[in-house]
Amino acid sequence: MRNALLIAGRELRSYLRSPLGWIVASAMLLLDGLLFQVGAMGGAKLSAQVLADFFYYVSGITMVGAIALSMRLIAHEREKGTLVLINTAPIRDSEIIGGKFIALFTFIVGVTVLTAYMPALIFVNGKVSVGHILVGYAGIILLGASAIAVGLFASAFARTQVIAAVLGAAILGVMLLLWMAAKVADPPVSSFILALALHHERQRAFMNGILRLDNVVYYVAITYFFLLAAIKTMEARRWR
Amino acid sequence: MIEIQALTKYYGDRKAVGPMSFSIEKGEIVGLLGLNGAGKTTTLRILACDLLPSSGSVRVDGLDVVDHPDDVRARVGYLPDHPPLYDEMTVAEYLLFAAKIRGLTGAEARKRVDEVTSATALRGVRDDVISTLSHGYRQRVGIAQAIVHKPQLLVLDEPISGLDPVQIVEMRELVRNLRHEHTTLISSHFLSEISETCDRLLVLRNGEIVASGTEEELSTRLLEGGSIVITVRGDGGQAKRLLTSIKDVRSVEILDGGAGRTGTTTLRVDAERDIREDACRTLVLADIGILELTRSERELESIFLTLARPEGRADNGARA
Repeated sequence: MRNALLIAGRELRSYLRSPLGWIVASAMLLLDGLLFQVGAMGGAKLSAQVLADFFYYVSGITMVGAIALSMRLIAHEREKGTLVLINTAPIRDSEIIGGKFIALFTFIVGVTVLTAYMPALIFVNGKVSVGHILVGYAGIILLGASAIAVGLFASAFARTQVIAAVLGAAILGVMLLLWMAAKVADPPVSSFILALALHHERQRAFMNGILRLDNVVYYVAITYFFLLAAIKTMEARRWR
Repeated sequence: MIEIQALTKYYGDRKAVGPMSFSIEKGEIVGLLGLNGAGKTTTLRILACDLLPSSGSVRVDGLDVVDHPDDVRARVGYLPDHPPLYDEMTVAEYLLFAAKIRGLTGAEARKRVDEVTSATALRGVRDDVISTLSHGYRQRVGIAQAIVHKPQLLVLDEPISGLDPVQIVEMRELVRNLRHEHTTLISSHFLSEISETCDRLLVLRNGEIVASGTEEELSTRLLEGGSIVITVRGDGGQAKRLLTSIKDVRSVEILDGGAGRTGTTTLRVDAERDIREDACRTLVLADIGILELTRSERELESIFLTLARPEGRADNGARA
């Protein structure tokens, strides 16, 4: 754990010292703010609907931000030749992947928390429950963790950042669109495919303030699966 | 310290290394010499546990790199051909990070950072951001990160590459100073760069070791004759005649165009055997002052090319 935190600390500092971290954070917050404004001012709506729309927009932006930053986690280090420093240190591949995940997860959570004033503004002219807000953010953070894990796997797999970004976006895209595939399939296959879809049904519950254990388990499982795939990819690369 | 038995490494179907066997004793400085693509970097990466071998046994301090990779990594300091530097960090921050991921605690790590910045003459730039450093300093930081955890084995992949002459001399001195604390394996594709630094050389060709020994041993074994450079007093005319008359001398060439303002002449003598003794005797008996007698740099190059050039490659095809 100590090694994972060391790697996470260095990675996190590198976001704050490079323009990339600030640019991505600023762009995410700007888009979140614009879309909240559009959603909140776009005609008469129930406060809960404004909040659900806000979480819908934030979830998309969080996924894009997670892929944009996760593509560099391993592939950038491989391109720059710095990966060899941690690859030849007495630390396990799981600690390398864990550290990278913790760093980006902390960053994404930080940016997400900075949007908290937006749902708070709803209280000025409306009424929503704090529970609804907390559950909505839990959904965003779980979705963000899954997107980071997908991106991290792509970054461990690909030789370059560009390929990592394309691969990560492709995996996320397929997982997002599985609900469409479910529509053209027959039961029980359609139910199975729908259950695998990343956003459609899973996020809707969170956006509406409903916390369901199966949705939480789903996101945790997706995150775990792709982190494990990233670790195994790192291990396999030493044999190549 | 290092025991390698029948090591092979394949990238897909292509063999990069092997079969290779050699051993290195504690405290030795050994040079791994070969042309580009000979398998030097792959061998060093396996020793540093960055890559795993396809077959064979690689042991560092008695520990197998496949069975105990973390224990081996703790004993090895590795400088790849491009130093693995985080450009946004300062030198001190970077070395502290390198020390900590090698298992040193906070206080130990800070103490070692102070020690290695002194040993590698980095004190003046320890608070500088790495992206602002010159190539020579970046190479020093690379060495500093490799020794920061006091490894028993130091693996340096072409540490002199790209340095200017002054930096090369400083780097040689630095590597020599490290011999008291580390067993060192250095790779290079320039024989002249590492022959002065190393106790022993291993020459690689197509992933296999084709020769090993000191520079003297290799040249004696491989060159039928020898090429020497002699600096004598005078215009060199008489010296050239006398040297040409020595048995088995193939040619004598005046290198600097004859005696100039210095009153000396430098000649290169190519012979079918080692004629250093005969040359000295002949010149001294003729009362010609000998100022210097050395083996030719061209001979070093010739030794290396003879050993390292892949079979079938044209004479003018490879340059060391």
